Amino acid sequence: MLSKEQIKHIATLARLELSEAEELKYSQELSHILNYIDKLNQVNTEDVLITSQIGGLVNSWREDEVRSWNRAEVELALAQGELTGGQVKVKRVL
Amino acid sequence: MELNRLTIIEARAKLDSGEISARQLTEACLNQIAATNERLNAVLTLCTETARLEADEADKRLKNGERRPLLGIPYLCKDNIMTKGIRTTAASKILENYTAPYDATVILKLKEAGAILLGKTNLDEFAHGASTENSAYGPTKNPWDLSRVPGGSSGGSAAAVAADLCIFALGSDTGGSIRYPSAFCGVIGYKSAYGAVSRSGLLSMTSSTDVIGPITKTVADAVLVYNEIAGLDELDATTYPGNRLVEFKSDVKGLKIGLPKEYFVDGLDPEIKAAINQVKNELEKAGAIFSEVSLPYTEYGIPVYYIITPSEVSSNLARFDGIAWGFKAEEANDLQEFYKKSRGQGFGPEAKRRIMLGTFALSAGYFDAYYKKAQAVRTLICQDFSQAFSEFDLLLTPTSPHPAFKIGEISNDPLAMYLEDIYVTGASLAGLPAISLPAGLADREGKKLPIAGQLIAPRGSENKLFSAASVWGDKIKINKNNFI
Repeated sequence: MLSKEQIKHIATLARLELSEAEELKYSQELSHILNYIDKLNQVNTEDVLITSQIGGLVNSWREDEVRSWNRAEVELALAQGELTGGQVKVKRVL
Repeated sequence: MELNRLTIIEARAKLDSGEISARQLTEACLNQIAATNERLNAVLTLCTETARLEADEADKRLKNGERRPLLGIPYLCKDNIMTKGIRTTAASKILENYTAPYDATVILKLKEAGAILLGKTNLDEFAHGASTENSAYGPTKNPWDLSRVPGGSSGGSAAAVAADLCIFALGSDTGGSIRYPSAFCGVIGYKSAYGAVSRSGLLSMTSSTDVIGPITKTVADAVLVYNEIAGLDELDATTYPGNRLVEFKSDVKGLKIGLPKEYFVDGLDPEIKAAINQVKNELEKAGAIFSEVSLPYTEYGIPVYYIITPSEVSSNLARFDGIAWGFKAEEANDLQEFYKKSRGQGFGPEAKRRIMLGTFALSAGYFDAYYKKAQAVRTLICQDFSQAFSEFDLLLTPTSPHPAFKIGEISNDPLAMYLEDIYVTGASLAGLPAISLPAGLADREGKKLPIAGQLIAPRGSENKLFSAASVWGDKIKINKNNFI
């Protein structure tokens, strides 16, 4: 069972604000799901290489060259944040 | 016949002969959307004006003698695929007002091919779910029975194809999200091999299993769409050049097909079991050779998937910080609080559940026990398949354990919802091409509901997969009786 403290810690790592009710709900649900997932411990995985990719490709190289991006696309992308003098405005850090 | 009910191949013949125009075909689909979407909630955003412009452009190209498989064919696209200048929400509140600044590679390819984008379809928020009930914009209804779910997460696309709102649709499949709703809605759903179709412009969920694929009315239509969208793309380093133009003929003679015994255990609806047996008999008559095969690690597919997916989800959704785009919380004093409030208020319950689960599985002290363990068991699941494919050309399985369930029936039990993916996660974890096809109809409370089966192939054997699927599609048809 995940404790309330563990849930609060995970929520902080994940940058999620949770209500008291959500903390309780997720502590129960995650514990229930993890109990099921613990089934994996039945499998002996000693000497088994972990999967890192499934595509069969080894290395996929291309030239590292600078290409221009469509200006209208860049503007549309930037226009969705809060802008100040053409720069995306960020909340104060300190 | 109403034009929106045509398949791609039927519409193609009429467009090429000049019997109908792309504009007429588009209007027929727009009319069907207008007549049914209030009840179905399959379409979240409609692109009426641009669709008409694209249709007129396609008519010009047709008039000039151009001939291409999808020229003038209207389609709908799952709303987790970027469409330039069009709202792209992933069915999340966090992207409610987000306009995609560029086109996904598949959208660019379809534009060039002359296909007409009608709009964007509903899904479980960020494709997290098996029922489309996790959408921030309300569930999609199953056109066979409006009190039931269409399956998920590409539920809007599957319901739209079933109810003829479009000629075909695009979905995405991470752990069954094309095949499972296609099963519930009685349509064809093709999950391409990992890397066969570019993921550039698909909102990342589980980057190691995400694929885009077609949802169609026939197998031949699925091949046409697949051929247009597949291929190498330098914007997605996991794509590869091979197998784009599949050679496909309706033929199963001499193909060895395995029936994985772990897929036919308790919990499988007896009617589905019988329907798959019927498929087997038909394919056998057509020359396929069947025998049982064992995939011993099958039962670990769900636990592996529900560690790997939340882990990748927690990482991929970290980019939603409320700053450059997306939902922003009011009244936050500092950056940390702003992140927490924006994400806490912007994400829905299942997205939060997966972010929490994944953050836990990747956190210090638990990474080896959960994430690395799951990736090791995943290797064994992949080996199960390679071993089976050393003896067999294809595998035949059910797609879902039962026909469509009622809206609200299991939505309060997250683990029960995860277990719905039991027959579809294997091919995703191993990156294999797989297709779901209708296998028959079951009676539930006086309504007919589709049931389905799945064929899985090794990478590079798309031709065999489509050849066998085509025979299946020719032998076993379900009557749609124009329900809506």
